[in-house]
Formats: sequence, structure tokens, C-alpha cells
Amino acid sequence: MTVIAVEGRARARTTDANVLHSVRVARRRRYLTNIGAAVLSVALVIWSVLPIYNMIMVALDSHSDVLTTHIFPPHPSLYSFWIVITEGYWYLEYFWEQFGRSVFLAGMVVLLTLTIGSFAAYSVGRLRVRHGWLVTNCALLTYVIPASFLAIPYYRLMAQYGMMNNLWAVIAALVAFTSPYAIFIFQQYGRSIPIELDEAARIDGASPIQIYFRVYLPLMAPALVAIGTFAMLAAWNEFLYQFLLLSSKKSMTVPIAIVQFLNSDESPWNYMMATAVIYALPPVVVYYGFRKYMAAGLTMGGVKG
Amino acid sequence: MANVSAIQLSRPLAGRRHGLWDYLRGHLKGSEYLWALAFVVPYLVVFAVFVAYPIVYGLWMGHDPALYKELWADPVYMNTLVNTLIYLAVAVNLKMFLAFLLSGFFVRPGWWVKALLIVFVLPWAVPLLPTFISVHWMLDGQWGLLNNLLWELFGINGPFWLDSHWIALGSIIAAYIWKFMPFWTVIFIAGRMAIAPELYEAAAVDGATGLRRFVHITFPLLATLYFVNTLLSTIFSVGDFATPFLITNGGPALTTYTLANLGIRNAFDLSDPNLGVATVMSALPLMIPLVIFLMRKLRTMAVEQ
Repeated sequence: MTVIAVEGRARARTTDANVLHSVRVARRRRYLTNIGAAVLSVALVIWSVLPIYNMIMVALDSHSDVLTTHIFPPHPSLYSFWIVITEGYWYLEYFWEQFGRSVFLAGMVVLLTLTIGSFAAYSVGRLRVRHGWLVTNCALLTYVIPASFLAIPYYRLMAQYGMMNNLWAVIAALVAFTSPYAIFIFQQYGRSIPIELDEAARIDGASPIQIYFRVYLPLMAPALVAIGTFAMLAAWNEFLYQFLLLSSKKSMTVPIAIVQFLNSDESPWNYMMATAVIYALPPVVVYYGFRKYMAAGLTMGGVKG
Repeated sequence: MANVSAIQLSRPLAGRRHGLWDYLRGHLKGSEYLWALAFVVPYLVVFAVFVAYPIVYGLWMGHDPALYKELWADPVYMNTLVNTLIYLAVAVNLKMFLAFLLSGFFVRPGWWVKALLIVFVLPWAVPLLPTFISVHWMLDGQWGLLNNLLWELFGINGPFWLDSHWIALGSIIAAYIWKFMPFWTVIFIAGRMAIAPELYEAAAVDGATGLRRFVHITFPLLATLYFVNTLLSTIFSVGDFATPFLITNGGPALTTYTLANLGIRNAFDLSDPNLGVATVMSALPLMIPLVIFLMRKLRTMAVEQ
């Protein structure tokens, strides 16, 4: 009995030492990972923020300070923002009109993408119309040819139809390129909603359009918000089609107006950056407002299984 | 088979169906079938008018073999082709690999990792054009923030970033990674979150941690996602017009164009739309296998689900 007890105690002591040792190793390792994580975090913050910092810094510069070497504005002022808001510079004379046009463009793209996308997804995924998979495949085919490759024939066609400098030409192109993704996500998301709900409504005599509005849309709300945000960001990010199709001062949107600055001889960088900062605000607000839904939408589309 | 529902079973057996109408409407009632059609028609119209027709029109514009002979003889085209391949091979893969690694960092617990993620996603949430113009100005050899920082912090005279072919191309790639890495990181984070924790627990019981856990669990489970993401991203990036256009605008001396830029330049600056279409269509031998791969992969993913 005693022998066993002694042995047991000895074993306990060695395991104690082992445990102590491994705790120490683990602590040292955790310490090192924490330092590594801290270094990585600082690097990531600098990397992510630097161009945005540059944008804000130049916007805060006074006109004479833009062409000096500094890493912080010597005389920070909000004067450039004031100039932009009051349209107080000849390049900015239509700023609010252009801003309104950007908002209208994004709003229409969101509205049409959601309507057309959810209609198609409802028909294919819920009513299960025969050969519906053809529609889904057609939609995916859109991505075979990048939007920028289609821009040239598209421009030609729009010129023939007299749609140049017409916002609707850009809206149509954007909707054509966002709806396939919308259909894909809506169908994925729709699978999580029991089809029995539709069928119960059907037995009660509801027509497909009633089921669409009363059953389908309310349950699809998270996916609708995700795709709406996605479409809004896509419209706000889009550049080439607006650049090609909207060239007159009376039809252009904010990004095109900013690029016009680049081509001018004087390039007032502080006004340009102030315009850019104001233009960047709406999508940032929308994105951070709906971030949770975005993640849900993306997960549904990309990462099942 | 939850899909075969009470309605289908309770419907009186209508004997042998015949006729195209009955075949097409399938399980739907006549009026329901009309509704289903009405729901898909808007998307089909958008697809036909704004995607299919421009594609056919583009193929017609670029059908003349002489155009491709002309391109082949153009040194700028050859250079552009090489740039595009470098861009795809380096930018897309480096971005995807870094996003994959970083997603491992961002699934760590802790409030500050979550806070960091919010900052890290900023480049993606801020619209493309303002930030890329900011990057362009930041890289200015004389007045740009980057060289000012290098001088203030380390006393180094930074290079003229946009004046040498390789550094300029590297700058485009860096800007591209800056802008699009957050998006794919978020997708990978969602992918990692979807892995059942029981798997890791079981592995921990078997003694697999760290690298072995990564090799035997994380990577095999995310390999398909990684592959699909890389394909998708490659397809999206072939047509990237805005990044090279806004960062270098092809400079120095047209050496940093990609196919999309050269296509637009040939079509609009040189007023030869057919040549422009031919320039971008010459990427089809690369695009078609990519899309076929992608469709196959998506189908197997759908089966696995």
C-alpha cells in the first residue's frame, strides 16, 4: 500500500513539474502570439487607413498647402468642404445636381435589382416553373464576359438608340449586371423558407402574386436588405459605364465630375478630395448600417456546405 | 421529398397529360403558370436586351480576323497581354492567399479583433473612385504622402512610384489588393465560422493542434471555397478597368495597361471600336475555360450541399 502511495506521489510530482513546464511554455507562446497579433494589427490599421487618411488630409489642406511636403495639414481648415457644399468653384457649379443624380442612379439600381431579381427567383425557386434552371444559367452566363468588355458594343447600341447622356442607359447596364447575383442569392436564401408556407396559402386560395407579397417578401427581408446594400455599393463603385455614357456636364454623376478635375490644368486637389470625401460618406453609412445583413447574405451565397 | 406535398397528392389524377401546354405548365394551374411566366419575363427582357444582344453585337464587331493580325503586330498589345497575365497571376492569387491567412486571424476571439475588422473593411466600403484617386496622389513622387512619410520617418528619398514600369505595375497590384482583399477576407471568415466546432474538438482530443489542425481540417474543408473564390475573382479581374486607369492611366508610356484599358483606348481614344472589341475579345480563350470550370465546381458544390 505505502509503496503504491509513494509511487503515486512521485508520479504526481513529476506530472506537476510537467504541467508547470507546459504552462510556462504555453504562457510564453501566448505572449509571443499576442505581440505578433499586436504588430499585425498596427500594420493592418496603417495599411487600411493610409489612402483614406490621405484623402481627408488633402481635403483639409488650404489651397496653397497642397503642393508642399507634409504628413499633417499645416493649417487644417474645412474651407474646401464649404466650397464644395456651396458650389463655389467653377468645376463644382453643378455639384448638388450631380450628387442627386448619383443618388437617383443608386436608388433605381437598388429598386430594379430587388424587384426583377426577387420576381425571377420567386418564379424559379418557389413556383418552380418548368425549365426555370435555364433562367438561372442564363444569369450566370452574364459573368462570362466582364462588364468592361461589353462596354464598347453597349456604348455603340446606346448611341444608336439616342440614349447617350441618359442616366437610364447606365441604370439598365448596372441592373443587368447585379440581377444575376441577386437571383442566385435569393434562390439560396429561399431554400431556408419552408415551401409548405406557400402551399398552405395556395390551399386558402391565394394567387401567386398574393403569396409573393404576403408570404415570400416578408420572409426574404434579410436577403433583400443584403442585396439592396450590395446593389447600392455596386452603383456607387461603378465607373466605366458612367464615364463612357455620361459625358455632358448636365448629365454626369459625381465620380465623373471628380475625374474631370484630373484633366484640368490646375488640379485643385483639395477641392477634389473634399468632393471625394462627401461622395464616400453615403455608402460607408449604408454599409456599416447593414453590415450584419450583408454577412448573412454573403454566407448564404458563397459558403454553404 | 418534402416537395411532393399534400396538394400534388390530393389533386385528382387527370389521366394522361398531353399537349405542349400541359407539359410546360407542369404542376402549376393554368393561371399560376401565367403568373410564373410574368415573374420571369422582366429578367429575361433585361438579359436579352442589355446582355445577350450587346454580346452578339460585340462578337459581330470583332469578327474580322484582320483585326487580330493588327493586334498581334502591335507591341503595346503584347505588353498589355503580359501585364494582364501578371496582374491576374500575382494580384488575384496574392490577394486571395492573404485574405485566407487574415481570415484565420480575424476569427480569433476578443473585442479588439472585431474592432480591427471594422477598420479593415473600410477600403471595401469606401467607394472605389475617390480612394484610387487618393492613392494616385499619394504615390506622387514629389508631393505624395508616401514619400513624405518615408522622408519624415526614415529619411529615405522614395522613388517616383509611377515613373517606372515595374514599380507602377506593383502599385496597381498593391492598390487592387488594398481595395478588394477585405471582401474576400469576410467571405473566408464566414467559411471558417461555418466549420462545426465539434470537428476541432474531436481533433483536439486526438492531439491535432496548430499546423496539423490546419492541414487536416481547415484547409480540406475550405479548399473548394478557396478554389471557387479564386476562379470568380479571376473572372471579375480580367475586366478590371478602373484600377489601372485611375492609378497609372497606363503610364509610363502605355506600359501598364491591361486588356480592358487598351480595349477602351483603342475604341474611344483611337476611334476604332472594332479594334477595341477585338482587343477585349482576345481574352475569351482564357475566359471560357475559367467559366466552364466555375460552373462545374458550383454544380458539385450544389450536390454536396
